[in-house]
Amino acid sequence: MSAARRCAPPRALAGLFFWHLKNTGRWQIPCQFVHPCHVANGRLITFQYFNFLKRMYVTQCNKDLSQQAKPKSDSVASPFRELQQLDPEKHTLHKMRPISAVQQPLYKTSSRNEVREMKCTAGTEELVTPVRAGPKEDRQWKEMKLQLDDLPGILARLSKIKLTALVVSTASAGFAMAPVPFDLTCFLLASLGTGLASCAANSINQFFEVPFDSNMNRTKTRPLVRGQISPLLAVCFAASCGVPGIALLTLAVNPLTGALGAFNIFLYTCCYTPLKRMSIANTWVGAVVGAIPPVMGWTAATGSLDAGALLLGGILYSWQFPHFNALSWGLREDYSRGGYCMMSVTHPGLCRRVALRHCLALIGLSTVAPLLDITTWTFPIISLPINLYISYLGFRFYRDADRSSSRKLFFCSLWHLPLLLLVMFTCKKSLVEKEDKGDLLAESHGRAMEMRLP
Amino acid sequence: PPAHSRNDWIGPPDKHSNLRPIIFYVPPEESPLERRLREARQEAQACDQRFWARHNRAFSQEKEEFIYSRLKAKGLEMRDETGQKATLNAEEMADFYKDFLSKNFRKHMQYNRDWYKRNFTITFLMGQVALVRALRWLRWRKKNV
Repeated sequence: MSAARRCAPPRALAGLFFWHLKNTGRWQIPCQFVHPCHVANGRLITFQYFNFLKRMYVTQCNKDLSQQAKPKSDSVASPFRELQQLDPEKHTLHKMRPISAVQQPLYKTSSRNEVREMKCTAGTEELVTPVRAGPKEDRQWKEMKLQLDDLPGILARLSKIKLTALVVSTASAGFAMAPVPFDLTCFLLASLGTGLASCAANSINQFFEVPFDSNMNRTKTRPLVRGQISPLLAVCFAASCGVPGIALLTLAVNPLTGALGAFNIFLYTCCYTPLKRMSIANTWVGAVVGAIPPVMGWTAATGSLDAGALLLGGILYSWQFPHFNALSWGLREDYSRGGYCMMSVTHPGLCRRVALRHCLALIGLSTVAPLLDITTWTFPIISLPINLYISYLGFRFYRDADRSSSRKLFFCSLWHLPLLLLVMFTCKKSLVEKEDKGDLLAESHGRAMEMRLP
Repeated sequence: PPAHSRNDWIGPPDKHSNLRPIIFYVPPEESPLERRLREARQEAQACDQRFWARHNRAFSQEKEEFIYSRLKAKGLEMRDETGQKATLNAEEMADFYKDFLSKNFRKHMQYNRDWYKRNFTITFLMGQVALVRALRWLRWRKKNV
């Protein structure tokens, strides 16, 4: 449980967020992603379905952990032990409580004297034979009773808390980039509201997709799939997150942000989720879903939908494509079997073209930023190498269309976005500069007027 | 699951359908509403199990056939010298995945509709049952106080 909590990166404040980035040198989440890069080929890694309110796949490495459950000499049933991941960034936590003497007869039938091993829950790199290794305790029959101790962890997984954290960070990036003085309370309220809305949307998404999730390697450890929580509770949780979240945004921040939040929840749950199984258009809808949080952050700060908000949204929209298309390239078998209509399966050429197109669009959008007075001209200059690199990888993916190029592109996209946002923030046109410019203009106008007056 | 448990039990994923079977607990004083809920869940479980088991079996079968036909076209055997099963690389399998997805599209559309309907009905029934139970508990508390 604590591991799951530790997993949610501490980045509540935008200012701290960027400092955090600077200090750690890289995002905590990409830290997990970078791990597989260093991992030997023999290691199996998991792609965990992890959304930016739509899709962002996280690779997660479960370290091998084997523990022996030794039976107590004086009791018949063996005690359960807490199996905790050594890796603090580990997402799943398997916790078993020691059986009390009273409950002994109950568990007599299901004695656990065998060695319990936690294998890497993996979707392997090789498409042809996905390994369906799971923890041994997964093979046991479990009572469908809500364990209150596990509830926080279960709810965290239900709401895809890590993805929610990322969504909140993009929203805070939007807030930080807005050309208004920084208001801490507004910022915190907006972040909280966005986070709650994201939790709600993710829970509903999982509620809708139970049988499909059970059939895909990535998602088969979700709480609803495993029966750790009932669908009714999932819906109630979603409602209890969504309603206060949107209310908070509408009343405490501004109605526009609230409306955007509600619209985004609707778009994600009622458009994107069903559309995933109907047509490849889901990718575009999903990209919009991912682009809205920074727009929400901006409108929370300024109260209006300016060109700057749309630009920020546009950058995130374009980013989704290389990110998702590269990722989905490796999941074609699961998608095909699960019945998901994804470009990588049905229109592979289009998949790669779109990814490349949007990599190049990122360059264009970065250049527009100073034109809209959001950043100084240093931004396109500094961001050019980053954008060119991802475009290069996008081109390689387009040309080679193989596993290695798709992986390279995917991993690049993971550090590309935070870096881009960070650079954008550091190149942000400061208000002082703008005010000075305004004063200068006013002065020159004044002088012009004086000169005209005889 | 043990005999004296008063809860449902959920088991490991099924080999064919990857769905986890649930054994439902039938309380002695089951109300008609609760019975409706239980039966709806049992029926849904059976439908899902049937669909996915058949679907996954078809997938593996067709995949084998595809690999076999492609290997034959290339002039290779199913197993190479070391006895390992010969496989095709991802790009060659891509054609199969695309084909399989489009072939089963109608089937999935139908299943989706049914699944959404069943899911909503069951959740709604769960809500009703929970509400009834909560009211009953409140009444019992009022009586006892």
